[in-house]
Amino acid sequence: MNWEPLVLTFKLATVTTVLLLVISIPMAYWLAYSKFRLKPVVEALISMPLVLPPTVLGFYFLLAFSPNNAFGAWLNDWFGIRLVFSFSGLVVASMIYSLPFVVHPISSGLSAAPPSLREAAYLMGKSRITTLFRILLPNIRSSLLTAIILGFAHTVGEFGVVLMIGGNIPGKTKVASIAIYDEVEAMNYDNANYYSAILFVITFAILLLVYLVNGGFFKRFWK
Amino acid sequence: MIRMNVEKSLRAASGPMLLDLDIQIGQGQFIALYGESGAGKTSVLRMLAGLLSPGKGKIEVHGKVWYDSEHKVNLRPQQRKIGFVFQDYALFPHLNVRKNLEFALQKKQDPQIVNELIAVTGLTNLQNELPDTLSGGQKQRVALARALVQKPDILLLDEPLSALDTRNRSKLQDHLLMVHKKYELTTIMVTHDIGEIHKLANQVIHLEHGKVINTGAPLEMFSKNKLSGKFQFTGEVLSIEKQEVIYLVNVLINHDIVRIIAQHDEIEHLKPGDKVIVASKAFNPILIKI
Repeated sequence: MNWEPLVLTFKLATVTTVLLLVISIPMAYWLAYSKFRLKPVVEALISMPLVLPPTVLGFYFLLAFSPNNAFGAWLNDWFGIRLVFSFSGLVVASMIYSLPFVVHPISSGLSAAPPSLREAAYLMGKSRITTLFRILLPNIRSSLLTAIILGFAHTVGEFGVVLMIGGNIPGKTKVASIAIYDEVEAMNYDNANYYSAILFVITFAILLLVYLVNGGFFKRFWK
Repeated sequence: MIRMNVEKSLRAASGPMLLDLDIQIGQGQFIALYGESGAGKTSVLRMLAGLLSPGKGKIEVHGKVWYDSEHKVNLRPQQRKIGFVFQDYALFPHLNVRKNLEFALQKKQDPQIVNELIAVTGLTNLQNELPDTLSGGQKQRVALARALVQKPDILLLDEPLSALDTRNRSKLQDHLLMVHKKYELTTIMVTHDIGEIHKLANQVIHLEHGKVINTGAPLEMFSKNKLSGKFQFTGEVLSIEKQEVIYLVNVLINHDIVRIIAQHDEIEHLKPGDKVIVASKAFNPILIKI
């Protein structure tokens, strides 16, 4: 059996999750506290990947990132980046595809934290950044964990976007979900079964871990 | 000296309300902000702290302008150096007692103040505990100590003792008085407990529907006909019993129940739960050495 698609899947999910976390924290902060009048528009845009068929997203990415079109050509000419049929293209598409799964838990965690925590820190002369990193984020650890796991799991599970923008290049863009499809097409049910079973077990283990941690199951073992 | 002359429209439970204030508070005063819920007491504290923008008017503290709608001045809460005790205490749940206090330290501030405040508020044995494991009174002491770490000139308290039982209340009132004097604070406390006001405050600001309707010393405010009684206590009516021609009123003063004989016209408007002043002219009190 070829392990490459599985390794690629988890590499993609890890890179995507880490990058997503970096951009989602400021976005969630803005969503939780901004009083901007057009906020619903931004909220709707961020939530789009929840409802849109992944193939639609993938199709538009393909058009946008193609070197034959203005944006893709600009990326290619200025930065030498080609986002179609490449790993970096997969990362960018996955980030947008999984964005709501990471932003939403963090922003609802922040909105649910008592406002007095923030205000108390401000009155002690602490900046917004200090307050965010030393008071707010440590207090929404379970939301952060949920965000990380959902972002990771959702990226592992994607198919349509990846197929549209990445194609099916072994070692580059052929992730596990596509490999499964490929093997089924070629009537190699045994191989398809290996990939599927491994994904099944790993995703179950990840989700179980989240619910155990958030349910306080491990607390009894330390302290 | 705090001068606050502001207007702000608020949405109260009973509909829109205009908060219209002109308050002056001298340095070192202990002020009680008194009034029904929804009168705008908490909003006054929040405007002073910079957590709520008044919209119109001017706030000046010790000769420095903190807020001025005309000249677009509005100091951020970070720049106002105010100690604030929230009604829900706002302790940071992930930090233990000592770390809660240490977080409040300013850049280059001597951390010795943390030790001092922990000792002063009697938290030495609790300093490594997390806030969730503390009782209401203990949390309150942590919140008070934490508010004092940055050595503020002004201490704002938003109904700090409302969730406590009588015994803890009285203990914390002592703590409050002590730190008010020790750190030479100007203290403003939101409360609607008259007993507390008598014990702590030297001036009362009475708010109603966003307006100051009365200010003065607690005794003047709450005893309508000025008494020259030498003994004077405030208490709560527990029960009223009818005897032959008189009434016996049981009044709780601090922790003691006192029985007082009353005439019909005295108890006419009284019911159990009312706050009363018990005064006596005391021509011949007995002194016994103990």
